[in-house]
Amino acid sequence: MSALLKRSCSHNMLAAIIMLIFICFCVHFQNTAGQFFSSGHTNNWAVLVCTSRFWFNYRHVANTLSVYRSVKRLGIPDSHIVLMLADDMACNHRNPKPATVFSHRNMELNVYGDDVEVDYRGYEVTVENFLRVLTGRLPPSTPRSKRLLSDDRSNILIYLTGHGGNGFLKFQDSEEISNVELADAFEQMWQKRRYNELLFIIDTCQGASMYERFYSPNIMALASSQVGEDSLSHQPDLAIGVHLMDRYTFYLLEFLEDIHPASKSNMNDLFKVCPKSQCVSTPGHRTDLFLRDPGSVLITDFFGSVRKVEITMEAIHLTDPILHPMSEEVQEKTYSYVDQLPVSEIIHQKPKQKDWHPPDGFILGLWTLILLVFFKTYGIKHLKHIF
Amino acid sequence: TLVARSLLANDFQEELVIRPLHSGDIYASFQFRTLWETDFMRENKVSHYRLFPKSLGQVISKFSVRELHISFTQGYWRTMQWGQPFLPSPPGAELWVWFQDSVTDVDAAWKELTNVLSGIFCASLNFIDSTNTVQPSASFKPLGIVNETDHRFLRYATLPREIVCTENLTPWKKLLPCGSKAGLAVLLKSEKLFHSSFFSQTVHIRPVCQDRECKTTSWELRQTLNVVFDLHTSGQGKREWSLFKMFSRTLTEACPLASSSKIYIDVTDNPQEEYFELSPATPLLSQAVVLGDRRTFSVYDLTQQLFKSVSDLLPAGSMLRPLLHAERYVAGYGLQTGEIHTVMYNNHPFRSFPVLLLDSVPWYLRLYIHTLTVTSKGKDNTPSYIHYQPSKDRMRPHLLEMLVQLPPHSVTEVTVQFERALLKWTEYTPDPNHGFYVGSSVISALVPSSVAMDTNITQEQPLFSSFFPCKEESSYFVRVYTEPLLVNLPTPDFSMPYNVICLTCTVVAVGYGSLYNLLTRSFQIEEPNPRLAKKIANFIRRIRGVPLLS
Repeated sequence: MSALLKRSCSHNMLAAIIMLIFICFCVHFQNTAGQFFSSGHTNNWAVLVCTSRFWFNYRHVANTLSVYRSVKRLGIPDSHIVLMLADDMACNHRNPKPATVFSHRNMELNVYGDDVEVDYRGYEVTVENFLRVLTGRLPPSTPRSKRLLSDDRSNILIYLTGHGGNGFLKFQDSEEISNVELADAFEQMWQKRRYNELLFIIDTCQGASMYERFYSPNIMALASSQVGEDSLSHQPDLAIGVHLMDRYTFYLLEFLEDIHPASKSNMNDLFKVCPKSQCVSTPGHRTDLFLRDPGSVLITDFFGSVRKVEITMEAIHLTDPILHPMSEEVQEKTYSYVDQLPVSEIIHQKPKQKDWHPPDGFILGLWTLILLVFFKTYGIKHLKHIF
Repeated sequence: TLVARSLLANDFQEELVIRPLHSGDIYASFQFRTLWETDFMRENKVSHYRLFPKSLGQVISKFSVRELHISFTQGYWRTMQWGQPFLPSPPGAELWVWFQDSVTDVDAAWKELTNVLSGIFCASLNFIDSTNTVQPSASFKPLGIVNETDHRFLRYATLPREIVCTENLTPWKKLLPCGSKAGLAVLLKSEKLFHSSFFSQTVHIRPVCQDRECKTTSWELRQTLNVVFDLHTSGQGKREWSLFKMFSRTLTEACPLASSSKIYIDVTDNPQEEYFELSPATPLLSQAVVLGDRRTFSVYDLTQQLFKSVSDLLPAGSMLRPLLHAERYVAGYGLQTGEIHTVMYNNHPFRSFPVLLLDSVPWYLRLYIHTLTVTSKGKDNTPSYIHYQPSKDRMRPHLLEMLVQLPPHSVTEVTVQFERALLKWTEYTPDPNHGFYVGSSVISALVPSSVAMDTNITQEQPLFSSFFPCKEESSYFVRVYTEPLLVNLPTPDFSMPYNVICLTCTVVAVGYGSLYNLLTRSFQIEEPNPRLAKKIANFIRRIRGVPLLS
């Protein structure tokens, strides 16, 4: 028995040593795997959507604008932000302070700012336009500022806010987008290689239902409330008369105000934003589709735009400027302005030459009928007089 | 020398005109003009842009635009209280474009142009399509140099619902050479500009004569911003205002790229400085004839001294009554029919003049043109020219253009009846109970002037008096816009499709379902499960061999 024990002891020690070596190897492998999977994005995009219309939904516009402000402050330029606001609150006639949208009571912080660029506004914010922006299937004449020109090395932040329910988000009080449609749109984006990693944040009632159906890889999702819970608004301002922000985005804004472009905060800090004591609803998140560990993902990977700069000391030789020869000949023709209201010319204006169209079917049929009746009554002998 | 000449041909001027109005408001008009002697239409693309913004230059060359006029306005200009504006504009967004003769498909170019402009100005100009675009046959003659005018190359559209806010002002400011960092554009702060009774920003591009002989042309880009501040709502109980109080900014320096940077204060009503004082005072006075009136201005040249404030502003005597103004309203009751009334006032005591009225009504208000009546002073007034293009459902709006002679000191009323159409369910906006807008009528007229107008084109003329080209001395051209109309269309109950689906499904489920069950299911009698006590009793009975309980 003692010999057995002794042998098992030595076996145990061997097993322990092997285990230790294996663990060390694992840790080392984890580090290299971590480096291998570390974020390989080269550009950042943001799609920020407010889906509610009417003055009493002021808080949704303020939500979207505060995320816009943070994202701009951390470095993403306007050309890489698609901002969709379904109604105009700043220059609304009910706004006692025009051209401002406040997020804090007593008008402390104007999130509208002085150089905002809204890409889709008013009636343009529809489910169709939103899905077209995401998937890139826009008509050819759409200007660049309205397109999401992301590639397979882009990290995209998508923020939605408005009124929602279990499995849908309401757009402008007249149509809805369902969680299945959204998941399919993201899958289209994945198949067309339109994103490297995607962070999806939604601040609506029952927001967690919107990310239940995602099935594409590399998506991380956050929501302000679980299924069956309502997201609540934060505080009203008595001068403006409406609620200014929603709770989740209010605490998200406060969290983001502490972030600067060189900050090392990661996603685990973002998951802790707005616990139940502050938010009343339970924020949720979903990371199972994301390949990296959330602890290694920096906030600035999605909210900021960190560009890698390569400094070169080489000199570049510029070519000579292209000189266009100016026409030196003196123009004999004298130009002149036109009369703005040439009364006599207008009165004697010839009517526009209308294009000739072949006669309508009805007219043809009517004439055929008349001719037939004529020849029936008066006999066929009149025909030779005509032809 | 070639390079030097092309650089010299690039010129930028800025100016601000401040005019106190008789109602106690202050009218401030900014004008920024860039002149560039270049040819956008030649084969080699223009690639070096200096003062002229590249985005607009590319638009001109790509779409072969000869003239482009776009305006964004918030509020309505009250002609009776404020007089005539230097540059009129209708509420909402207005865009009219003359294309070059070389364009083959004007409609396709128009559609692409509106999309590109909607991206440049962050506005929903992509809603301009064939249902609100018209081709006027006599109004909107080109304001620049042209060989001949063929109205096939003109397109005009308005969006009365368009909102103007900081997101439209931001790209507009970016078009200026100095941006909003130096010069007069420093004053443009959105929080003060939009807290006003009237705000309008425009962009005008056209080819102009360079000098009096007019042998060479250059491209002119004019950006204007008109704003009327109401001193009472902006908290100015005191009789003193300054640039800082109006704009919450002070001037720092003139734009270094500008060849001239001036401020004109209208002191016509203050000849002996009895009503208000300017500080710092300036000896420079200039006179200009603008809108048929000779006005005196104090001039501040920003390259030499900066202007600060005016004190003791009292409302001055009588205002020159505007000779032409117009109103428009909808009469009638109910949601089926109505009447549009356009009323034009000629306030000249003894002269009559012709006006050209342009009306563009959307297709869902079906006009009955046989009920069109034009009456002046109670009598019928037949227009000497009428052009009417009927609408096509969902394709084209109504276009009505009339040349009416307005008798002196009279009121002319144009009425036409209409019927409201029922739109398809998906064509309603998300807020249909707000109503549907009908764009403003445009009234173009050559109004007789009591003061001789200046027909020379010189570079020394202030910008605000040289916008409309003047061909004769005895009259000046004016364009008056009426109010836009807001009409209610019969709106369906949008919850009805949901109600119908619920009701039909319930009826089908209950009615058909129960019938189906009755016909296809067979029924069997089933013994209910016996109770526990009975189970135990049966078990004992089975052991005993006695018949079981039922």
